Amino acid sequence: MNDLKSQIIDLVVDISGDDDAAEDLDMDLFEEDILDSMAAIELLVAIKDNFGVSIAPTELERDQMNTVNKIIARVSERI
Amino acid sequence: MSFYTEPAFFVACVPIVLIAILLGVRERPMGRFGLVASCVMLGLLFFRSLPTLAFFIAYMGMSVLLFVWVRGLFAGGDPRAVTYYRIALALQIAPLAVYKIGVLFAPDFPGFLGISYITFKAAQVLIEVRDGLIEDMTVGEYVSFLAFFPPFTSGPIMRSRPFVEDLQTPLSRDAYLDRLYRGLGWFILGAVYKFVGSALAQWGLWMVPNVVNIPALAWVGQVFCYGMDLFFDFAGYSNMAMGLGLTLGVEVPRNFRAPFVAKDIKEFWDRWHISLSTWLRDFVFMRFSQFALSHKLFKSRLTTACVGFMANMVLMGAWHGITPDYLVYGVYHGVMLALCHYLQKKWSFYKKHRRDRWFVVASWTVNMVVVFFGFALFGGYVVSPLLGLGT
Repeated sequence: MNDLKSQIIDLVVDISGDDDAAEDLDMDLFEEDILDSMAAIELLVAIKDNFGVSIAPTELERDQMNTVNKIIARVSERI
Repeated sequence: MSFYTEPAFFVACVPIVLIAILLGVRERPMGRFGLVASCVMLGLLFFRSLPTLAFFIAYMGMSVLLFVWVRGLFAGGDPRAVTYYRIALALQIAPLAVYKIGVLFAPDFPGFLGISYITFKAAQVLIEVRDGLIEDMTVGEYVSFLAFFPPFTSGPIMRSRPFVEDLQTPLSRDAYLDRLYRGLGWFILGAVYKFVGSALAQWGLWMVPNVVNIPALAWVGQVFCYGMDLFFDFAGYSNMAMGLGLTLGVEVPRNFRAPFVAKDIKEFWDRWHISLSTWLRDFVFMRFSQFALSHKLFKSRLTTACVGFMANMVLMGAWHGITPDYLVYGVYHGVMLALCHYLQKKWSFYKKHRRDRWFVVASWTVNMVVVFFGFALFGGYVVSPLLGLGT
């Protein structure tokens, strides 16, 4: 579980190019301009490549995936 | 009868809303009534031209067949489901594409008012059936969704899953009254936008060339009034559609959210014709980017995004009409979005100062120039005169 958590934090930091994402896991990533539409899609592709979890672009509302903790929850419930 | 402009439309809405209120306060389901009301209103919309009515009915029939086919393919786990789905999606979009090309050569080419919006809605359903997000939508719900009359002619583009959820969820009296009051508020606001705001802007558009003698200044004034007219007309229409939907117990998505406060062009598209830009984002930009990233079509993610923005906006321009004005408008917004994205990612000055007040003001000012020049392109104030096509 911790492994998944740190891998997802690394993915978000890598895609956004912003270390802030790792500091507060409940921060709204879209409000804070850390993620945008393009980064969100990169994240979905990366999640599929790394964890084999496929999430369709319209499957989740933005407010279901707007913090690192929520992303971790969405991936772990699908693994 | 045309929607939201002729008095007959508003008169026809009165008994519909009254019956909806009666059902709503008695906590009765409203889905079936909504479908009947939509059939009556679309009948009134199309009855003057039998060929149009016939074309519309044929289109609905085709859409239902394609929907049932694709739903069956994925429910049965057909190994060729994805291939057939692609054929179905192409067939679903074909009438709109043929229509858009056909009207270039013959203005009375067969089509019907609202074909653009219904195509978006039908395509969304097919795509989400393929994604496994829609499994048990019934034909009745599908027809109700496509034919739902408040946003039929010009959007907002609704999504099927929230719509079906609204149909299936019984509303308590208080919950319905809450929607009713909000709906009436939006409807009145929309009417004020359209019949006061838009009328004033049109008056300005007519006045400017008469009182301003300097051509360049008159051009700027006209473009400003044109942009205002575009906003008040379309936002007014969208607000009325949203209000009417709410009185029928259905949430119609908001289409405009103060677009003129946007500080950059990306934010503008999050605020202007939101249902179209989010549709394109979800079903064109994201799908394209997903495909390009997983197949590594481009060297960098930045390039992928920029190409994605271009594809997205060129399609958006072409959807408005295959004319030089709209095509250039699409390319222009594609370039502006790509440029904005590039600067936000690569320009260290931006990263350092983006939260400074002076930078925000400067960014907003530049953005408004970009936005209004976009309106000038859209309204035929640039390309057509240059090509000598007239406006």
